[in-house]
Amino acid sequence: MSATLAPPPAAASDASADEPALQTRALRVWYGASLALRDVDLDVPRHRITALIGPSGCGKSTLLRCFNRMNDLVPDARVEGDVRFDGVSIVGPKVDAVTLRRRVGMVFQKPNPFPKSIYNNIAWGARINGYRGDMDELVERSLRRAALWDEVREKLHRSGLDLSGGQQQRLCIARTLAVEPEVILMDEPCSALDPISTARVEDLMEDLKDDYTIVIVTHNMQQARRVSDVTACLMPDVEAGGGRRTGVLVEVSPTDVLFTNPVDPRTEAYITGRVG
Amino acid sequence: MPPPLANTTPDAPLLDPDDPWRGQSRLSAVAEFVAPILLALCGLVTVLTTLGILAVLVVQSVEFFAAAGIGVGDFLFGLELRPGARPPRFGVLPLVWGTFLIAFGASCVALPIGLLSAIYLSEYAPRGVRAVLKPTLELLAGVPSIVYGYLALLLVTPALKAALEPLGLRVDHFNAVSACLVVGMMIVPSVSSLSEDVLSAVPQGLREAAYGLGATKFEVSTRIVLPAGLSGVAAAFILAVGRAVGETMAVVLAAGTMARFTLNPLTSVETMTTYIIQVVGGEASYGSPKYLSLFAVGLTLFAITLALNVLSNLVLRRYREVYR
Ligand SMILES: Nc1ncnc2c1ncn2[C@@H]1O[C@H](COP(=O)(O)OP(=O)(O)OP(=O)(O)O)[C@@H](O)[C@H]1O
Ligand SMILES: [Mg+2]
Repeated sequence: MSATLAPPPAAASDASADEPALQTRALRVWYGASLALRDVDLDVPRHRITALIGPSGCGKSTLLRCFNRMNDLVPDARVEGDVRFDGVSIVGPKVDAVTLRRRVGMVFQKPNPFPKSIYNNIAWGARINGYRGDMDELVERSLRRAALWDEVREKLHRSGLDLSGGQQQRLCIARTLAVEPEVILMDEPCSALDPISTARVEDLMEDLKDDYTIVIVTHNMQQARRVSDVTACLMPDVEAGGGRRTGVLVEVSPTDVLFTNPVDPRTEAYITGRVG
Repeated sequence: MPPPLANTTPDAPLLDPDDPWRGQSRLSAVAEFVAPILLALCGLVTVLTTLGILAVLVVQSVEFFAAAGIGVGDFLFGLELRPGARPPRFGVLPLVWGTFLIAFGASCVALPIGLLSAIYLSEYAPRGVRAVLKPTLELLAGVPSIVYGYLALLLVTPALKAALEPLGLRVDHFNAVSACLVVGMMIVPSVSSLSEDVLSAVPQGLREAAYGLGATKFEVSTRIVLPAGLSGVAAAFILAVGRAVGETMAVVLAAGTMARFTLNPLTSVETMTTYIIQVVGGEASYGSPKYLSLFAVGLTLFAITLALNVLSNLVLRRYREVYR
C-alpha cells in the first residue's frame, strides 16, 4: 500500500512536471445523510498556489480535507468518486493515510501548536517519521523557512503557546515544513492574524511555491488575487437537495482571468460581493 | 478648561417612567448583593469543617499521649501495635505499612488498567461502544465498597488459594493480596472515567495537527493527547490512590485486622482505617488509651493524605503541558 505512495523517481517526476499534483473526479462528500459536496472535478497544478474561494458552508474545508484524508477523522463522513495524488488514487480503505499525510501537509485555520516547546513542536513530526539527520539543523532550517527564526532563536525551549497568534501560525507552518511534504494545504491560515502577520505568511507562500504545491482556502478576495495562480470558486447549490445546501465547483480559472473575466454568473456575483 | 458639570437634583428620577427599558429588576439587584455572601458562606462551610476535624483530632490526640503516657516519637516510630499488652504498645508503623501496602498494590492494579481503558475509550472506541461503556463504568463506580469485600471473600481469596497453594505458598483466609486486587478493581472505574473525561477534553485541533504530520493513532494517543491531559490524569490517579488509602470496608473483609509488619502479602495486615473501625466496634471503653489512640491514628492519616496531595501538586506543576 505504502509502496504506491512512495515519491516517484527523480526522472519520472521531471516527466510528470506538467501533470497536476492533485486531481478530483466526480467527488462527492457526505456527512451522514447530507451531501456536502457534489461532482467536483478539479486539477491542482504542481508548484502553483491554488486558491479555493466561496461563501461560508459551501464545502471548501471539506474539499481540502479530502486531499489528506482528514475527513477520516470525522466519524460519519463518506467520500465517493476519485481523488488522485501524483496520479495515484487516495480514496478507499487500501490507502495508507499516515504516509499520505506526511506528504500532504496541512495548516489549520486556528493556530494549534502542541503544548510543547518551540523546538519540540518542530522536531515532533520529524521524530515520528523516523528522521535520522541533524535535528537542530532541521529545526533551524524550518523556522528560517517560516520566517520565524529570528524571533524565537533565543527561546527555543519555551512553550509554543507563549508566542503571539501570528507567531504561532508561522510555527505551525514551520512544523509542517519540517516533515518535508510535497503539498501544503492551508485552511484560512490568516483569518486569525493581523495584517502584518498576514503579509508575512503571504510572502512566505510566494517563497515556498517553487518547491511546494499549495492549496489555500480564503475568504479574502484580495488575498486570493495577491497570492494565487489559479482560483477555484465553490458555491452552495440550493435547489439540488430540496432546500439543502450542497457545494458545487462553479469555476476554475487562472486567478487574473477569474477575477477580471469570470465565466459563471455566480462567480461574478460572489467576487463582486453580491452573494455570500 | 472643560465647563463644570451641571448640578443634578438629588430627587430627579433616574428612569423615565415611559422608558420601556426598565433597567435591572429589584430581584436581580438583591441577588447581586446576596449571592456573593451566600456563596462565600458555602465555601466557608468546607473550610470550617476541615478545621473542625483537625481541631478534634489534635485535641484528642494530645489527650491520648497524656493518657497512654507515651511520647510522639514512640507512637510515630513504634514497631509494635498491641493495645492489649501490658504495658500497651502504640506504634503506628504497622498500620502505616499496611495502608501503604494496600494502596500501592491497589494502584498497581488500577492505574494501568484505568489509564489504558481511558485511552481506549477516548481514542479508539467506536462511538457505539463508548456510548455503552462509559455509563456502565460510571455505574460501577457507584457500587458500595462492601460488595467488593464479599467479592474478595467469596471469589478472589478462594481463587488465590486454588492457584497458589499447589505451589506450596500458604494463603491466609484474610490476606493483603486479595485486598489489593479488589480495592484495585474497585477504583478502576473512577480512574478510567475521570481520565477519559480529561483525554476527550483535549482539543481536537491538536489531534488533527498530529495526524496531519503523518502520526499514527498510537502516536497521537500516547505522545500528544496523553501528555496534554497529563495533569488531569494525574489528578484522577491521586483521587483514586486517596480512595485506596481511605478504603475500609472492602479491606476489613479481604485483609482482616492483624496489625503487623510483614513482607508477605499473603497474610493478614491492618490499615489505619481498619484499625479505627476495629477499635470503635470493639470493647475499648470511652476515654481509655486504646479508644483515644484512634484519634492519633486519624491525625496521622490526615497528615499523610495532606502530604500526598501537596507532593503530587508539586510534581504536577513540574511536568504538565498546558493547553489553552
Ligand atoms: N463534521 C461535520 N459533520 C457534519 N456536517 C459537517 C461537518 N463539517 C462540515 N459539515 C457541513 O458541511 C458543509 C460544508 O462545510 P465546510 O466546513 O466544508 O464549509 P466551508 O466552505 O469550509 O465553510 P467556512 O468558509 O465557513 O469555513 C456545511 O454545510 C457544514 O455544515
Ligand atoms: Mg472552512
